[in-house]
Amino acid sequence: MDTTTKKIVLPGEEIDLQGMKQGNGIYHENGKYYAYQLGMLQFYNNYVNLIPLSGKYYPVKNDKVIGKVIDIAPSFWILDIKGPYPGFLHINDTPWKSGSGELNKIMNTGDTVFAKVNEITESKQIWLSLKDNGLRKLEGGHIVSVQPTKVSRIIGKGGSMVNMIKEITGVKIQLGQNGIVWIDGEPDKVLLVIKILKFIEDQAHTSGLTERVKEILEKAR
Amino acid sequence: MSMVSNIKLIDENGLRIDGRKFNELRPIKIEVGVLNRADGSAYIEWGGNKIIVAVYGPREAFPKHTQNPSRAIVNARYNMAAFSVDERKRPGPDRRAIEISKIIGEALESAIFVEQYPRTSIDVYIEVLQADAGTRIAGLTAASVALADAGIPMKDMIVGCASGKVDGNIVLDLNKEEDNYGQADVPLAIIPRTQEVVLLQMDGNLTREEFGQAIEMSKKAALFISNLQKEALLAKYSRPEEKEEVKEEEAEQENHGDDNHE
Repeated sequence: MDTTTKKIVLPGEEIDLQGMKQGNGIYHENGKYYAYQLGMLQFYNNYVNLIPLSGKYYPVKNDKVIGKVIDIAPSFWILDIKGPYPGFLHINDTPWKSGSGELNKIMNTGDTVFAKVNEITESKQIWLSLKDNGLRKLEGGHIVSVQPTKVSRIIGKGGSMVNMIKEITGVKIQLGQNGIVWIDGEPDKVLLVIKILKFIEDQAHTSGLTERVKEILEKAR
Repeated sequence: MSMVSNIKLIDENGLRIDGRKFNELRPIKIEVGVLNRADGSAYIEWGGNKIIVAVYGPREAFPKHTQNPSRAIVNARYNMAAFSVDERKRPGPDRRAIEISKIIGEALESAIFVEQYPRTSIDVYIEVLQADAGTRIAGLTAASVALADAGIPMKDMIVGCASGKVDGNIVLDLNKEEDNYGQADVPLAIIPRTQEVVLLQMDGNLTREEFGQAIEMSKKAALFISNLQKEALLAKYSRPEEKEEVKEEEAEQENHGDDNHE
């Protein structure tokens, strides 16, 4: 059994599990297995998974995301996290303390935060939290969005890609699993990083990407 | 339908006005991912039809009272550009456009796993740039490709085709003249995997036998068009230069994806 082959499947395409177990993104009907959506098949650990090639970010517990405040309620902020539902950040899940009606003094609409998905309720309410290492309000900087499915490629193997970009350019980068990237640094370096991100997004399917990005960065230095 | 005319739509050799045989389709071209701002998009050229489709969502449904707590709603909007037909079409939704939007939305809904995304809406915008008969089916065919491009979970990609009666003969995929001066037009859309019918209309009159014949012909053609849809999607997403090595690297990354990369 070939465990490395990956195949692109279309919604409704029949999948041969080759004796393995049904993983994510696969449904069955009348004893047969079919793909849920457009994606790539991965045979891993005796499970067949479908990795989506496109689509919106779907929140998963403990994901770290970047959200923008779009509204303020009496005791929580409502954030746009680029998913199908808005995210809620309650004052009790932040390091701040506030009297009633003072939330806009801490964070106002348009501000961005790096938060983690704390809980997803049955009715698909998404509660975020700032109580973990590195989670904070993002001051200054620039926001760029990329496809959420390409975030893992930007991170690279064990963070190799993003760490290299940070090292060479000296720019601060914060990646959200929802495809929002926060960048802070010198203007020309920030522009370079944005260009690099688009390049990675575009070339995510090709090999030796880290090396090619390094070349571009060295040249621009 | 059946306007009084002296136009001869089928010649003595059995060929139609544009030179096609009775069971021949017009040329079809589908392109995926033509719009950057949309979550998914597709462009279709089907004979003289030129249609662009944009898909947004799933996103929070607005206004709020339209939200359904147990499933997603599918909003389809079929719109014809003012310049899409010979005589300028008065812009905005009319009786016909509202009807087509409704049936296309319902057809797509039957294939989408709507219960996956409660309280959201999936918006499908179908813009007809040039019309030449059969736009509802062409729009629907492109819409399901755009939905797949948007990564929306579906049972299968809906596909369709129309048949009709022209000069007393059952023919496949009517063009503008045949539609205007023919005796009947039957658009049909199916879920190809199960052959379930998701859209069926009839304009004009057919006998039972003729109707059955038209359905059979449309189904056969729909399965052919289904392959064109798949080819169009694969053309965007599968890259032959892809190396096994990259794929392994990506598998690695899936496992590192949840690490904190400050």
